Amino acid sequence: MSGNPNSGTPLVEMRDISISFGGIKAVDHVSVDLYPGEVVGLLGHNGAGKSTLIKCLSGAYQADTGEIFINGEKAEIENPRDARKYNIETIYQTLALADNLDAASNLFLGRELVGAGGFLDDAQMEAETRKIMGRLNPNFRKFNVPVSALSGGQRQSVAIARAVYFNAKILIMDEPTAALGPHETQMVAELIQELKRQGLGIFLIEHDIHAVMELCDRAVVMKNGQRVGCVNVGEVTDDDILGMIIMGKKPPQAY
Amino acid sequence: MTQTTTSSSASGPKLGPLGRFLKATEIDTRLLGMVGALVAIWVGFHLYGLLVNGTGVFLTPRNLWNLSVQTASIGIMACGMVLVIITRHIDLSVGSLLGFTAMIMGITQVWVLPQWFGLGHPLIWVVTSIVGLILGTIVGGFHGWLVAYRGIPAFIVTLGGLLVWRGAAFLVARGETISPVDSTFALIGGGPYGSIGATGSWIVGLLACAGILWMIVHGRKQRRKFEFPLRPLWAEYTLAILGCGLVIGAVLVVNAYPWPRGIVAQYAEANGIEVPPEGLFISHGFAIPVLILAVVGIVMTFVMTRTRFGRYVMAIGGNPDAAELAGIDTRWMTVKIFALMGFLTGLSAIVASARLNSATNSLGALDELYVIAAAVIGGTSLAGGVGTIYGAIIGAFVMQSLKTGMVLIGFDAAMQDIVVGLVLVLAVYVDKLYRSRTK
Repeated sequence: MSGNPNSGTPLVEMRDISISFGGIKAVDHVSVDLYPGEVVGLLGHNGAGKSTLIKCLSGAYQADTGEIFINGEKAEIENPRDARKYNIETIYQTLALADNLDAASNLFLGRELVGAGGFLDDAQMEAETRKIMGRLNPNFRKFNVPVSALSGGQRQSVAIARAVYFNAKILIMDEPTAALGPHETQMVAELIQELKRQGLGIFLIEHDIHAVMELCDRAVVMKNGQRVGCVNVGEVTDDDILGMIIMGKKPPQAY
Repeated sequence: MTQTTTSSSASGPKLGPLGRFLKATEIDTRLLGMVGALVAIWVGFHLYGLLVNGTGVFLTPRNLWNLSVQTASIGIMACGMVLVIITRHIDLSVGSLLGFTAMIMGITQVWVLPQWFGLGHPLIWVVTSIVGLILGTIVGGFHGWLVAYRGIPAFIVTLGGLLVWRGAAFLVARGETISPVDSTFALIGGGPYGSIGATGSWIVGLLACAGILWMIVHGRKQRRKFEFPLRPLWAEYTLAILGCGLVIGAVLVVNAYPWPRGIVAQYAEANGIEVPPEGLFISHGFAIPVLILAVVGIVMTFVMTRTRFGRYVMAIGGNPDAAELAGIDTRWMTVKIFALMGFLTGLSAIVASARLNSATNSLGALDELYVIAAAVIGGTSLAGGVGTIYGAIIGAFVMQSLKTGMVLIGFDAAMQDIVVGLVLVLAVYVDKLYRSRTK
């Protein structure tokens, strides 16, 4: 039996989180942790509670019970603004883009750059957007059209740019490659490796077991709102993980 | 009419490669379409009058000046309605709130303040206006609070407001009409004395031209600084000429409308001026309510495009969930948007009651429909996320032009309602076609 390979203070520790909607326990006393430079996969069927759990961290929901610790200190996250204060950035499955605004406006939404007198500095924001998009997606040219006019991959890169630009320490990615083609999926995988090297901690919600095996260090599996177990991805086969997801069967390596 | 001839002659020679022209100048085709529709309405009514009644009266300085004054009240409120509709709400209460606010201001300046300050005291109009603006803001903010924090749909809150405030407007003075208002206050409504005259209009016009030129030069500098693509120089010059031409044209029109003979005689006598036998030509110039509308339009455009508040309004309209997740306090924003709508309704109440020189409980009846129609004709989408201030102001001019034009050519009230209703539906249909084509 092996345990958590990390030691020291975790970047994020969600302890004993529960949340229910109308009598249904969506998340039932679940604990997860995340260390710097680590990718932790969150797996489970649709409705297993992984998105709900992670929304407690991003501030979209408030847990009924349980505590969240960031760098060992208790954190109060009551809304998305609080989460951003702790350098938690989220890439939502829905991307959460305002379709009628352009890429720069979306990237800086809620954190606009302002010039003299507190007025928006659109030129500066567009210049910064051009810079970061040049790094993430060099083919991106559509800076002056609403994001509704962009392709799925382009929209995804705007959402990713938004999370990366503001020096996130903790990144939450909810199925980041679900809507992407193979080339763009590869791009996201490379980006995750790059961010990992920079010491970010990443929660990755993912259905594709191959992506999990390739990208994640550890994987936490949930079923019916409860935690089945956690495995070090290098020590198990994909069948082991599938067994956890489908049958809730805990392999001996799990903890 | 000078302004439209200026615009058509400036763009005329380049009409061949129209697409290239529009691309280079970055003029919105929607804007062009709305201005085109407005000009068509104006010319149409003028020609109809000319052919059927023998005299075209629409395109005269006098009518255009009146049109501008009549548009002010609706136009001011339409600027706020754009924000409400962009964020997927609606405000049906503005007409009633206008009536209620006007009644309270009427009572304040006619029954209350003269007892404290004495009749005609220069502070009366100031205090009255502040009372109106604050009252409008509070009521609007209260509507917004009910919508945002109590989860009642805006349609219901403001439908209730439509009834409540109209009733309240009756109750506060038991249905009496309060008249006349304070003489300084009345100037805000326009009229010969409530206009800034020829010299003042030229000063305003030249300032506006200077502003247009500064914007073009500054914009070019910004683009160069960040190495964004520049507009070709000829396009910049065209825009400058177009913009300044419109402003100067407007000045020429309002200055071509003289004071009526009776007012001139009264004014001459009061100031000891000899009136020559051929009469004195004293220009109206821009009316004060029109200047108020212009300032509201400029400030609101600035708010929408250059401030966080405006950006958040657009974001909430485009995707409320995304706005919330981006850390925007969408509920507090809703309160602020409705409070702003209330403030502008208060301002509009000042203009409307000053123009009428009285406050009646029916003031502003049906205004909500004209205001919403102005915003929608101006391209504000009821689905949310889309709309402009200039569009709403042009929309207000379209609505008022239709009303005025039909009165001038002698349509009766029933026919007017039918035409306005049809135009509203048609405008939204055309807008929908335009959007699905450009998508």
